[in-house]
Amino acid sequence: MSRLAKLLFAVVLGGSLATTLLLEASAQQVAARSSGKLGLGRPALPEEIKAWDTDVRPDGKGLPVGKGTAKEGDVLFQERCASCHGEFGQGVGRYPAIAGGIGTLKADRPDKTVGSFWPDASTVFDYIKRSMPFGNAQSLTDDEAYSLTAYILNMNDVIKDENFELNEKNFASVKMPNAAAFYGDDRETAEKHFWKKDPCMKDCRTAPKVIGRAVSVDVTPDSKAGPKVD
Amino acid sequence: MSGKPATDILNRRRFLGAAGLAGTGAALGVASAFAGAGGKPDPLITEVQDWNRYLGDGVQSRPYGTPSKFEKDVVRRDVPWLTASPESSVNFTPLHRLDGIITPSGLCFERHHGGIAEIDPADHRLMINGLVDKPLVFTMEDIRRMPRVNKVYFLECAANSGMEWRGAQLNGCQFTHGMIHNVMYTGVPLKVLLDEAGLKPNAKWLMLEGADAAGMNRSLPIEKALNDVLIAFAMNGEALRPEQGYPLRAVIPGWEGNLWVKWLRRIEAGDQPWQTREETSKYTDLLADGRSRKHTFVMDAKSVVTNPSPQAPLKYKGRNVLTGVAWSGRGTVKRVDVTLDGGRNWQSARIDGPVLDKSLVRFYVDLDWNGQEMMIQSRAMDSTGYVQPTKEELRKVRGVNSIYHNNGIQTWLVRADGETENVEIG
Ligand code: HEC
Repeated sequence: MSRLAKLLFAVVLGGSLATTLLLEASAQQVAARSSGKLGLGRPALPEEIKAWDTDVRPDGKGLPVGKGTAKEGDVLFQERCASCHGEFGQGVGRYPAIAGGIGTLKADRPDKTVGSFWPDASTVFDYIKRSMPFGNAQSLTDDEAYSLTAYILNMNDVIKDENFELNEKNFASVKMPNAAAFYGDDRETAEKHFWKKDPCMKDCRTAPKVIGRAVSVDVTPDSKAGPKVD
Repeated sequence: MSGKPATDILNRRRFLGAAGLAGTGAALGVASAFAGAGGKPDPLITEVQDWNRYLGDGVQSRPYGTPSKFEKDVVRRDVPWLTASPESSVNFTPLHRLDGIITPSGLCFERHHGGIAEIDPADHRLMINGLVDKPLVFTMEDIRRMPRVNKVYFLECAANSGMEWRGAQLNGCQFTHGMIHNVMYTGVPLKVLLDEAGLKPNAKWLMLEGADAAGMNRSLPIEKALNDVLIAFAMNGEALRPEQGYPLRAVIPGWEGNLWVKWLRRIEAGDQPWQTREETSKYTDLLADGRSRKHTFVMDAKSVVTNPSPQAPLKYKGRNVLTGVAWSGRGTVKRVDVTLDGGRNWQSARIDGPVLDKSLVRFYVDLDWNGQEMMIQSRAMDSTGYVQPTKEELRKVRGVNSIYHNNGIQTWLVRADGETENVEIG
């Protein structure tokens, strides 16, 4: 190739492909080059792992030893949670409802709550232990988290008996009503038709008509009503 | 201002006023200069201006530079009624006031679930535990001694455009599309850190956890973690901003923003996903049949015209610049088409600036506008052949209740007076 041709070739590739390849290589190469030990960091101590590793999985892994009933949870909930989530978990103002809504998922306005939507009971324990009550996170003891989880599940008819003792041994056996309704990302097959060879460029459709206007909905800042973002 | 003739101040005020009038329905201009156009000399040229005579501020009067005072309306904005509390809320990038591909750090939209954690880097720790040979704790100093890379990536919240599923709702591309930003990160490939701890062969998923008051946690498949995920401490050449996770955040290229855990304090390796609140209750896509997709991590190709748009109407007939941004979580943007007649006819836009993997690209159509009504749309195509669908095509598959992953084609109606609004067409 002449110098000029080479130059032109570089310009054609320019900016896009060439740079992309260069940049692409770097993360992988850097990782590969350092895959020996760097000798950085120090061993995590068992006490440190215990303090931070509080997460809980659907199979019960991570559950601490502890117990609680919905009846006990009711008392705690009214004290520490009801101001935002309502006495029966119905939600106050824009704070989320955490009970009810069963059978609404196909409705025009679905009501997604722990009972109507959540696939796993462990998520309740994991989440409230790490982030509730809002503004005073990580203040619940393990027994309190068991009691509150039992109460939330009781409000949602998942645990029917308010005296049922939820503990680390029986937790994984609690099944959620909507568990079977979740499935993995299938966009590459279900939406295969969005991969198109040559999208239409000329005379692609009939004359369009305006069928909806944001200004008529009138929810752009300063207005009170409108949809919710999760 | 001292010693200035009154006419000058008046003239200047008129000038600023007119410039600030942007699309309040005032008569459209054709030429671009206000004064001088009618044959009368422009006093801004014929008279000496303050800034031309008096000394300005010296160096160090602005030790950390901020934008000009004339740019003070270029800010993030929120929609207060969207959420219960500002600590678990979102604001939006002013896309209609930006150009190029890099989002200035202070304009990157914010989404927090427990407010902005303020952490002294000296007090920050990153733990790696779970299915590893050696659980480790790193300080920020350790991380800064590791080999690092620089990469430009977009971060889009999965709920971007989420309010628009049922039709046109918010009148401004800041609100319809502003949950996105694009910056250059400096960080360490996650693989480097995982190699230090030594992943066990049965480690298939990671859980990333934040140090904020939400203790944000998400599960991440190990293939992605080992491929291109970074643990970043800098954005646009300087330390992360507090609201973007200072001192340390995860960068998960092309995948939904919620996975990019900020204030990252722990990574646990496991053999299955955790099914955390943010990957079950939230960030799952409820479809019309009542079932839900989960683990919909990738952000599909999408684009939006940022100018004109409702907050940036057309002010002049004749020459105008139509511009916008496009992106894809599956690779690079290959092409962006623009229509002015609501999708009947399309032309390919001119892409300018770097075209990088999983980064915004900037596109332009240099436009002569004679005042006709326009229905403007843009459509992105990516390196996998994916073509951004219409909202109608999306609704056919997904219904209107999925909240997340709305990458449908946006329509702006430009009226004869240049006013522009968010509409739905059929
Ligand atoms: C000051 C108000 C407040 C209090 C008190 C409070 N919460 Fe919350 N709760 C919230 C907010 C706000 C969210 C949503 C946070 C987010 O989305 O980031 C939430 C979310 C939740 C959720 C998840 C809802 C969903 O649909 O995903 C559960 C469960 C919950 N809280 C349980 C509790 C429990 C149990 C308590 C008492 C120990 C409690 N909350 C106390 C404000 C509060």
